[in-house]
Amino acid sequence: MNAVYNALIDIVGEDYTSNREEELFTYSKDLGTSPPQRPEYVAAPKNTAQLQEIVRLANREKVAIVPLGGGMTLAGLALPLKGGIIIDLKRMEQIIEVNEKGRYMVVEAGISQGKITSYLKKNHPGLMHSEPGAPPAATVGGNLAIHGQGDLAHPNGFNTDMVNGLEVVLPTGEIILLGSCAVDSGWYTMHPLPNMDLFMGWNGTTGIITKVSLRLFPNKKIREMDLFTVEDENLVPEILYEISHLGLTGDLIATSSELPPMMNRLHSITTMVTGDTAEEIEFKRHMLFDVTLSKYIREGTGGISGVSQDRPRPMVSKSSDWKKGGGFEYVGAIVPVEFYPECYRRGAEISERHDIPYTVLGRVIGSSHGMMFSWSYAFNRADDDTVRHAREALHETDEMVMEMKGTIWKPAVFGQQLMMEQMDKTTREMMKKIKTMLDPNGIMNPGNWEVR
Amino acid sequence: MSLTSYKHKDVIHRCFRCGYCKFPTDWSSVTNCPAYARYRLESYSTGGRLWLIRAWLNDEIKWSENLAKILYACTSCKNCAEKCPHNFNVDIVDMIVAARTEMVNQGKLPKPVKNFLSNIHLYGNPYGISAKKRSAWVNGYPVQDYTNQEYLFYVGCEGSYDSRAQEAAIAVAKLLESAGISFGILGKDEISDGNDVEMMGEDGLFEELADKNIRQFKELGVKNIITLSPHAYNTFKNRYPEFDGEFNVQHYTQVIKNLIRQGKINPPQLEGKRITFHDPCFLGRWNGEYETPRKILQAFKGAQVIEMQRSRSGALCCGGGSGNFFTDFLGGSPESPSRQRVREAHESGAEILAVACPSCLVMLEEAVTAEKLDQEIQVKDLSELFF
Repeated sequence: MNAVYNALIDIVGEDYTSNREEELFTYSKDLGTSPPQRPEYVAAPKNTAQLQEIVRLANREKVAIVPLGGGMTLAGLALPLKGGIIIDLKRMEQIIEVNEKGRYMVVEAGISQGKITSYLKKNHPGLMHSEPGAPPAATVGGNLAIHGQGDLAHPNGFNTDMVNGLEVVLPTGEIILLGSCAVDSGWYTMHPLPNMDLFMGWNGTTGIITKVSLRLFPNKKIREMDLFTVEDENLVPEILYEISHLGLTGDLIATSSELPPMMNRLHSITTMVTGDTAEEIEFKRHMLFDVTLSKYIREGTGGISGVSQDRPRPMVSKSSDWKKGGGFEYVGAIVPVEFYPECYRRGAEISERHDIPYTVLGRVIGSSHGMMFSWSYAFNRADDDTVRHAREALHETDEMVMEMKGTIWKPAVFGQQLMMEQMDKTTREMMKKIKTMLDPNGIMNPGNWEVR
Repeated sequence: MSLTSYKHKDVIHRCFRCGYCKFPTDWSSVTNCPAYARYRLESYSTGGRLWLIRAWLNDEIKWSENLAKILYACTSCKNCAEKCPHNFNVDIVDMIVAARTEMVNQGKLPKPVKNFLSNIHLYGNPYGISAKKRSAWVNGYPVQDYTNQEYLFYVGCEGSYDSRAQEAAIAVAKLLESAGISFGILGKDEISDGNDVEMMGEDGLFEELADKNIRQFKELGVKNIITLSPHAYNTFKNRYPEFDGEFNVQHYTQVIKNLIRQGKINPPQLEGKRITFHDPCFLGRWNGEYETPRKILQAFKGAQVIEMQRSRSGALCCGGGSGNFFTDFLGGSPESPSRQRVREAHESGAEILAVACPSCLVMLEEAVTAEKLDQEIQVKDLSELFF
């Protein structure tokens, strides 16, 4: 027993505190290729007040703290690189308010994406939020901390663009409110106050997001996924652009993978078609296939490969078992849509070098304002050699992204350093100043976005 | 034993720890794994447990009381198997049971587990009560000993010894009697069915119990068995055939449903009663029996049958499986699964929480008291609704 451990027990209770080997082992690993990083303590607060107390304790004791949501980044972003306290935020999962007409909901940040989807489906079926392609255990706060995207990325942008307000516990323990909630006017907008958002996309290095007002969007009664397939990757950017121009469909994704063999080297473009009536669906399908994509069909360069497909909940974890090995990790990059062919070709080359079946995916963000392109590398958790290959492939991909003038999304520490090396010097210095100003004791997820 | 001799060595590393296993079918909560619901630390999730087992077998971590508690806190409710998207999901529970077997083989067990197993070994029941008192539950009610009647009514340990579960056993016996069913009990000769013993990893004791039970059933000429508990139903139906014990096994709800259909039992009117049903794991997820209890409830005229948010294959376990009704690794907290479950039942608007398992009956009734909901909702075995 020591002072920090006892203090944590006082704050969150014995059941939700541990310095036992089993919990330290469990929280020392994430799902990707990162080597284990051992925390000294684990604590799971129930509310903002308890979290504040932990942050104050960490400042007094100069102990690092690492906020953890669903732990689904795969990139080791919530591993305790410098020891300290892992703060598991998943008990902070209350739904505080849903404003149906204002189309927003206020939640605690540790809530799972699955719980939100389920709650809205049952209680507000006309509304939806932008659910990321991660497993449903991913949390809202974790997703915002890494600038996540979801199934409303086209045409609405990043999930961090769909926030109406935030509550954040600062590194020194104070609570800050951002948006209209800061002037006690409800949680309906982030604007028009001066933009002080220094928390989204920072991996929890500048504060811990505790409450979020999420924008909600119309959820049509009928949802179907339609697929269009081409062989020539060079056609993908223009097709995505044209579908985006049509403006009648939702989530827009291009994928290609070596497995199953029948899909190898083909590029499948999927888009979400929604409507409240069969007529609405039929009209959108007509505009999509008979008008927008008809020339590819006539030319014989593209074809409809699926209509009215069910959209199952993302089963991204199935990617982990392609080598029957329980592991995969990916590099994501934010790139212009026109980069798709090069991203695909170079990614497939890297995969081949490392004997990993290639899997790539590009999700359109905004109205073709950009694309999140991912290269996934499966590995066998029981075979160190495959883990090493995957890690090397990830690093090569990070370097490739920077060569291509892309921007690495939720980079692991390796990628963060690549980005900061290439970053405008004044910008990099500003990052450092912001972190130092907010976190004078350097306790917040140290090792992440660390300007050396 | 090391990882190389562990029977799931080729599979256990394939768990990605993605967390699907925490959810019910409708994704409404991350708390559908009862152990994770109670403790909310990743080590208590199914994925955490599998990673810890592998680490233990790989010698990355040593055995500890805490490791054993994490393993034995799993109730074998099979929610993880229901939700895991991988094709090895059918083996998940057995991966945990096999690790418990290793702990048994090494003699490294938490005290409550040792007590449970020792009591069964010595007394034939986990409570450590003499076999002579096994038929005390009949409490003067004229239940015959089994002597070649059509059915053996296997009461099980909870029904025999726990005062609340005894009431359910009496209710079932009365129902069978009223329908003219020819049945008898084993009385002081009844011993544990072994379902939870096997789930706790004590293979040797389980085989001994199975052997004894099968031998006794055969010697007595038993052909048809009615069980009070879904746990006994599960092991008699699915495990005993592997030990040459083939019997026609029915859970009592299945018998009652048929008796209602044949007009031999007439459910009374329960005008305006709002009833919800808690699916027992060993009836539901383990044996796919979801409809029979609901059909019985629908036969009560005037009753309003309500579903809880989590039901059928998405039901939250009461927290009593794998011997946890006795070892109580999940008790002692408002977040104990039994207390979460009765809060959910209360939120559904039900005034009766119906169950079909003596373990669930005891766990949930105690939880109602702990939640101070005694005036709001009653826990009743389905059989008790007839009286």
